[in-house]
Amino acid sequence: MQYRTDRQRITGLGTAGEGVGHWWSQRLTSIGLVPLSLCFLFPFVRALGTDFETAREIYSHPFNAVVAILFFAVGFLHLQQGVQVVIEDYVHDKPTRTVLLLANVLFCAAFAFTGIFAVAKIAFA
Amino acid sequence: MADVNRGNRPLSPHLTVYRLPLTARMSILHRFTGLGLGAAAILVVWWFLAAASSPSYFDFADGLLTSWLGNLVLFVALVALWYHFFNGVRHLIWDTGEAFEVSTLRTSGIAVLVAAGVMSIITVVIALWG
Repeated sequence: MQYRTDRQRITGLGTAGEGVGHWWSQRLTSIGLVPLSLCFLFPFVRALGTDFETAREIYSHPFNAVVAILFFAVGFLHLQQGVQVVIEDYVHDKPTRTVLLLANVLFCAAFAFTGIFAVAKIAFA
Repeated sequence: MADVNRGNRPLSPHLTVYRLPLTARMSILHRFTGLGLGAAAILVVWWFLAAASSPSYFDFADGLLTSWLGNLVLFVALVALWYHFFNGVRHLIWDTGEAFEVSTLRTSGIAVLVAAGVMSIITVVIALWG
């Protein structure tokens, strides 16, 4: 063992190479959310607290519907990426960590697609 | 392990007595608001699902979200959103390798807090009278 270099001992053992991909993807969703969160927020606070017809009218507008769909897609991906880092930082028990990481992906995907479905149903009605 | 016996000396900085600087507090708050916004996003999806369902279910969901408790929760989420938004932009600027001088960190931190507060108030005004 003492004859092997550090590089040889760690090669193929871990997450080397994956970190940059995750980091890069998180910057991508962050930048995407700058215009998306602005375009989502203002129609949403206008629709909130109105009646059924008014709310649906706002989201039957193609711009509002497309923005809401993109916001859910990019937003929940960004949430998944952020929560993943939090789990990796604080949960050290391997089985618990694995279960939480899997649950995180499934929950974020489920909410993203539920939101997208709801907006599409309103927009296509 | 190098030098296991470190002697009976006090450790510093000790997290329980160490006053965290503004940058550290804002870093923690960024994570905290991110997690909170995840919970708020679930409420928003629920509202959309109600709007896609029926008038009576929409009235129930929308009524709950605009009750005094719902408004309070959404206001906290709004402040969290603007904070996470502006501090996120601050992070993106840091990613370019700029603005790491200690005096700049303090200025940009205060700018984020002020911008988040101002935009929260503007959004509430738009939501109520827009």
